[in-house]
Amino acid sequence: MRSRYKFAAVLSAVVLLCSGALLLNPKVSAAGEGKITGTVKLDGTAPHMRGIDMSKDPYCVKANASSPQHLENVVVGTGGGLEHVVLYISDGLSGGALTAVPSDEPVFDQKNCMYTPHVLAMDVNQKFKVTTSDQTTHNIHPNPNPMTGNIPWNQSQPPGAAPVEKSWKATEWIPVQCNIHPWMHGWFAVVKGPYATSDSSGNYTINNVPPGSYTVTAWQEDLGTQTAKVTVAAGAAGSANFTFKGK
Amino acid sequence: MRTGLQKWSLWLGAAALLALPLASWAQLSTDQLKTWESAPTAVSHVGNLTGHAKDAAADYRRYCVGCHGELGDGNGEVAQWLAPPMWPKPRNFQLGIFKCRSTPSGTLPTDEDLFDTIARGMDRSAMPQWSTFTKQERADLVAWVKHFSPRWANEKPGDAIKIPPEPEVTPERIKAGRDVFARVQCWKCHGVQGMANGPSAATLTDDLGAPIAAFNFTEGARPKCGDTDQDIYRIFMTGLDGTPMPSFADNIKPDEAWDLVFYLRTFMQQHSKEREMAKQLNLKPVDPNAPAPSGQQ
Repeated sequence: MRSRYKFAAVLSAVVLLCSGALLLNPKVSAAGEGKITGTVKLDGTAPHMRGIDMSKDPYCVKANASSPQHLENVVVGTGGGLEHVVLYISDGLSGGALTAVPSDEPVFDQKNCMYTPHVLAMDVNQKFKVTTSDQTTHNIHPNPNPMTGNIPWNQSQPPGAAPVEKSWKATEWIPVQCNIHPWMHGWFAVVKGPYATSDSSGNYTINNVPPGSYTVTAWQEDLGTQTAKVTVAAGAAGSANFTFKGK
Repeated sequence: MRTGLQKWSLWLGAAALLALPLASWAQLSTDQLKTWESAPTAVSHVGNLTGHAKDAAADYRRYCVGCHGELGDGNGEVAQWLAPPMWPKPRNFQLGIFKCRSTPSGTLPTDEDLFDTIARGMDRSAMPQWSTFTKQERADLVAWVKHFSPRWANEKPGDAIKIPPEPEVTPERIKAGRDVFARVQCWKCHGVQGMANGPSAATLTDDLGAPIAAFNFTEGARPKCGDTDQDIYRIFMTGLDGTPMPSFADNIKPDEAWDLVFYLRTFMQQHSKEREMAKQLNLKPVDPNAPAPSGQQ
């Protein structure tokens, strides 16, 4: 009889411990978290990016008088580094690492009649802000496919307007547009799990990656996607480099 | 010389060839029929009326299907002949995105919004005023329209914006409205005299990429989402989803919104108090080159 109680006590202790470990799992993995780093490059000559005629709005012309703007579909930096590429873990994540939503709010600014950054990556349900630094009215008009669960909206931001705070429900590459300044075109890249965007040299670092084996996907708006297999050891960095072929 | 049997087999072959596309067509419409019959559990609530989708099937098939299509995707037989911006394409009900709403941008319209749209029709489009339907029929059609989009199963309509009682129009309010017009830069598309000739007017496209015109206040046309003062208030405070017209709710205060309504009236041909007052004030169009007044809200 007594041994049976003992057994029950041990069993419940084990169950409690296990559920506790499950609940704490995101924090546990956060302690031993690693990262994935690498470089994205363009192979071949960079495509010509057309200059932008902003004569519709004298404010925009003036704001860019010293260095006229160009389209940003493919931005190649020093050494062939490809900027504005979104990198995320498309396979291998589970549990807290997949479902945790970052608490920081990435900012999408309208500055000199351009979007800064051109591509804003974010997690599903992560809040982000749209701000304006311009002395001209913009309308911020993302155009997702409503069938995905992301619903399009369209809000004005006159000079001095307060930030617009939003989030998206589903993974999607969402084009963003200003109808008043039709050259203004950017992206909200909504992914699930940790992500990064390549900098002007094509370098990136995906942080908060628990140890494991993953597939990393790199997305470029004009050049498509590429994938690579990466293994991350506890507290260490995995590495994946990508090379897109110029069209 | 062909034998009778040969002749018959030729005929049979020809018949079979003809029957093939017919058979696949029949298959398609059976599938479509299934969607007709499986869906209509949707309901609508308008005032004390309850609309039932199943009761609208016959009306939709007779009056709406030509433009909006059997599947509600806006691809009815007639749709191909409608060329924007002169003739906007029929609404795709599957997307659940609607211009005329009392609810914030990015939210579903209320049942009343759809009910009103059916009766009002869409000025400067192929959508007539369906005021010939009884209220019950319209409520049923609202339910039918809702059954096409999964959004109604997953979301609730937004909360209708609150429109404060309309104040008395005064010359001061018209002048204040002119300031709002200048500050939020309505003229970028609508032009400084409301003639839809602002610098950005020519390049406007809707969410599906079709060209779309800004509203011209001066040619006697009615705004698409209604022409009462309350309708005009609602239009710029909710935006027309699916079009370049954004919501100004975050940037125009309710009292200022009434000022803007009064100022917009001064552009419109129809006789109005506002027009008289503007004449007396000798109000000039806003200056598009004036530096934007920053941070005023």
